Amino acid sequence: MTGKVMPVLAVVAAILVIWYASAVWMNAAWTQAQAARAGTTVTVSEIVADAMVQARPRLPAPHQVAVELWQTTVEKRVTSKRSLVYHGWITLSATLLGFAIGTGMGVLLAVGIVHSRTMDISVMPWAIASQTIPILAIAPMIIVVLNSVGVSGLLPKALISAYLSFFPVVVGMVKGLRSPDASQVDLLKTYSASGGQVFWRLRLPASLPYLFTSLKVAVAASLVGAIVGELPTGAVAGLGARLLAGSYYGQTVQIWSALIGAAILAGLLVGLIGLLQRVTLRRMGLLR
Amino acid sequence: MAASRDVPFFGFVAVALATLGLDWRLSLIVVVWLAAWGLNIWLASVRGLQSGPGRLAAPAVFGITLLVLWELTVRLYDVPGVILPPPSAIAARIAVSGSILWADFVQTFVKGALSGYVMGCGAAFLTALAVDRFDFLRRGLLPVGSFIAALPIIGTAPILVMWFGFDWHSKAAVVVVMVFFPVLVNTVQGLAAADAMSRDLMRTYAARPGQSLRKLRLPAALPFVFNGLKISTTLALIGAIVAEFFGSPTVGMGFRISTSVGKLALDMVWAEITIAALAGSLFYGSVALVEKRLTFWHPSQRGARN
Repeated sequence: MTGKVMPVLAVVAAILVIWYASAVWMNAAWTQAQAARAGTTVTVSEIVADAMVQARPRLPAPHQVAVELWQTTVEKRVTSKRSLVYHGWITLSATLLGFAIGTGMGVLLAVGIVHSRTMDISVMPWAIASQTIPILAIAPMIIVVLNSVGVSGLLPKALISAYLSFFPVVVGMVKGLRSPDASQVDLLKTYSASGGQVFWRLRLPASLPYLFTSLKVAVAASLVGAIVGELPTGAVAGLGARLLAGSYYGQTVQIWSALIGAAILAGLLVGLIGLLQRVTLRRMGLLR
Repeated sequence: MAASRDVPFFGFVAVALATLGLDWRLSLIVVVWLAAWGLNIWLASVRGLQSGPGRLAAPAVFGITLLVLWELTVRLYDVPGVILPPPSAIAARIAVSGSILWADFVQTFVKGALSGYVMGCGAAFLTALAVDRFDFLRRGLLPVGSFIAALPIIGTAPILVMWFGFDWHSKAAVVVVMVFFPVLVNTVQGLAAADAMSRDLMRTYAARPGQSLRKLRLPAALPFVFNGLKISTTLALIGAIVAEFFGSPTVGMGFRISTSVGKLALDMVWAEITIAALAGSLFYGSVALVEKRLTFWHPSQRGARN
């Protein structure tokens, strides 16, 4: 265990050290400019001390972000507009709705592709081509257009998430549903199993390991979709809105805390699916 | 054989007949769709079309069907152009404003995405070589790297725009950050892909680590490296466009998209989308072509040929 954790901790510690060093380096210019304006000189220790506490640093120090995170999650009421939990929840709900839609569509499409040759050769190339449309780039248009036809709130963001998450699911699921080898399919044929039985008893269970791997990619993609979907709504609510508002007003600490908040959310979601994966596969006997 | 599996097809026919009584426009759309679907079933069953350029017939028909249905729906239902312009209007817009589109393309794709892609992938590749050399780094950096690869990295765009200014430098920086981790993780994985037997063989030849890397492990890693490079092509384009939402000069695909949305000039938005999709596909395709030339020995490439 220690052999695995130690290197990771060392790398994380190195990142923190580099972060602090860069914070001092990048924030020094502002301190020196202030001092020059006041006609005084600053020592190195003053520069370092000042780099840690600036209100609008170019790069906030890690502890500033941590304090901001603590203040906006634990010390604010969750209903407050300034609470990161409130914004995180808005993003999370769009993410989850989009993830559910995308996964559902993806699984259905994959089942269709595996069972119908026509769908395989005509739809699959377009599922791939659909991913070349930079959906994140047209997120503003989708939000605005859907708003103008009366669809607003959660759904437009969720649709962007769904679009991003369906593709990994289709690819993984098609691979998974096709993973049983010919001898297994033949065995079921000797049992004179119907098409439905082959699907439920063989193909679907065999596809689960592939499905879970895709789900991890998909949930991360839906979170990105929800965050970008929040950018053009005029920065009302959500983690994406916090990012945009922070960038408008130069509130770097707010940007970084929203970013770290999104990272924690992504980590939790991916971790949760990893946990589900291990529990499910263990019960199926696919994992020791 | 193929058609017998498409039982749902007959369900669709029933639906089409049912709509006839309701709305002639809807039934016209459904009939066109069914005709195309039937054509596709037929194409799928023709044996001569399974290989060569013929295998593109079915997806081509599917794509054309989508465009025709789109055009029909917009025209028959008089959908306003501020909600969804028909494909013909988008094509007309592309034909008219070629110079604007070209300027945007150069600004966003060539200056932003491409330069960032080259820098990011190069840096990731070199880092991967270092990570591979030191086991401690591999065990430490790889979990962190694959964690970061799953994060919404696009969120760093406002910060990088603040640091590097509004011009293409900040867009390239966003692209560097976005493509770095997928390429890093895939390359490190690939460098571990050569099996123990082949490595032992290199050792019996008394190959130095550098030789073993050049002659065995780098070639063996190529399929993985290209996997990362291909994922990164789409990420690069998306990164460059989205970064422009946080501030840009008055040229660029992201800038044009966000301002055209504001002016409700959706044909312009769709024109940019078309260019972006074409550029993205060509970018992906050219990387895939290089992959094919370099990893001709890999089973996944050999399988495609016969």
